[in-house]
Amino acid sequence: MNIDSITNGIVIDHITAGRGMLLYDLLGLNNKDCSVALIMRVNSRKCGKKDIIKIDSNISVDFDVIGYVDPNATVNIIRDGKLIEKRNIELPEKLTNVIKCKNPRCITSVEQELDNIFKLTDKENMVYRCIYCETKAKIGK
Amino acid sequence: MRSLIDILDFTTEELDQLISVANDIIANPQKYSEKCKGKKLATLFFEPSTRTRLSFEAAMYELGGNVLGFSEANSSSAAKGESVADTAKTVSCYADIIAMRHPKEGAPYVASLNASIPVINAGDGGHNHPTQTLADLLTIYREKGGFNNLTIGFCGDLKFGRTVHSLINALARYSGIKVVLISPKELMLPGYVKTDVLEKNNISYTETTDLEEVMPQLDILYMTRVQRERFFNEEDYLRLKDSYVLTPDKLNEAKSDLSIMHPLPRVNEISVAIDDDPRACYFKQVLNGKYMRMALILKLLEV
Repeated sequence: MNIDSITNGIVIDHITAGRGMLLYDLLGLNNKDCSVALIMRVNSRKCGKKDIIKIDSNISVDFDVIGYVDPNATVNIIRDGKLIEKRNIELPEKLTNVIKCKNPRCITSVEQELDNIFKLTDKENMVYRCIYCETKAKIGK
Repeated sequence: MRSLIDILDFTTEELDQLISVANDIIANPQKYSEKCKGKKLATLFFEPSTRTRLSFEAAMYELGGNVLGFSEANSSSAAKGESVADTAKTVSCYADIIAMRHPKEGAPYVASLNASIPVINAGDGGHNHPTQTLADLLTIYREKGGFNNLTIGFCGDLKFGRTVHSLINALARYSGIKVVLISPKELMLPGYVKTDVLEKNNISYTETTDLEEVMPQLDILYMTRVQRERFFNEEDYLRLKDSYVLTPDKLNEAKSDLSIMHPLPRVNEISVAIDDDPRACYFKQVLNGKYMRMALILKLLEV
């Protein structure tokens, strides 16, 4: 399968196989007016199988979202066909309006204007908890 | 400016200081009778509560202050759709401190982020109820003289009981505590409390379904009610509600200085025949709750 190289934009590489679609959704790429390639389960020497997202535009993306979905992903910034920056991603300390609290008893379930904020409470196990009701977030839900 | 949303918002030193002030209030009530003169406590109770609201009101009156507020959501602007944030901002214009109970978890925290005055969480759904924990801590302190090296049995609904989770959180910071968890299999303490609190703090604990078997080792027995409102299935509630009923004969093997506690209200899990037993502490807990709320109001108002 051939996907053209991009001239100006972002390549999110080494996404754990199967998480590309979730990242695509959480980054809101379906609403962006630009070409996006979501490539799933390609062979990788580094990690066996991986997903890749190529965004053919200089749009801004939320690096916290990438870190939440997959802190092992890498981000390459491309300008004029050249790699100008390679960014390593880290687990974000806080997520604002990335995921919603699923606890029906949480105050965010009735007050829609409140920001949905989650804090990283256990780095080792990648646990995020709602700052209001402390409900644990399950990745991708 | 400080608020109290979760018992862990306060350090053990701060809790010890509150206990010390509460003990001084008990010894010298006159000294505190005008400490809050001219100050107003707003009790914002979005769901009904008898003892907690009355306890806060009594606490403020005994400090010489005044109280305003409402006791159900229908009589507040929430019925018109006002947000917790707007209510907190508005009430900040009228009062000096807020005590809030709300059925939604995290509502008092939202209030604390928006109010310009201290906010006390007076219970948010099944989440936190820190002032009940303050009452429990003062009771244990007054009955046992401290918190170290105690064996504490928690009995009944350990799964949904927020008072149990909060008290375990607070006690886990003291040394030499031993915890005995007594519950039916369906209402055992959630795994995350065991791993994140007990195991993380190296607290020794055992689990059993048999109250009488462990009774002789207990210094404190903390009974809880099986709460109907936490069950989706009435059948399960009916099957589990009478799992543990403490009657005088079950205390035969108990220590003579055992302290029997309960956050109240009780249904039938402690027989009324035990009320006159000197080991029964649950009504003392109610009184201690008022003194700790007085100490808390003084601390948060910095008076």
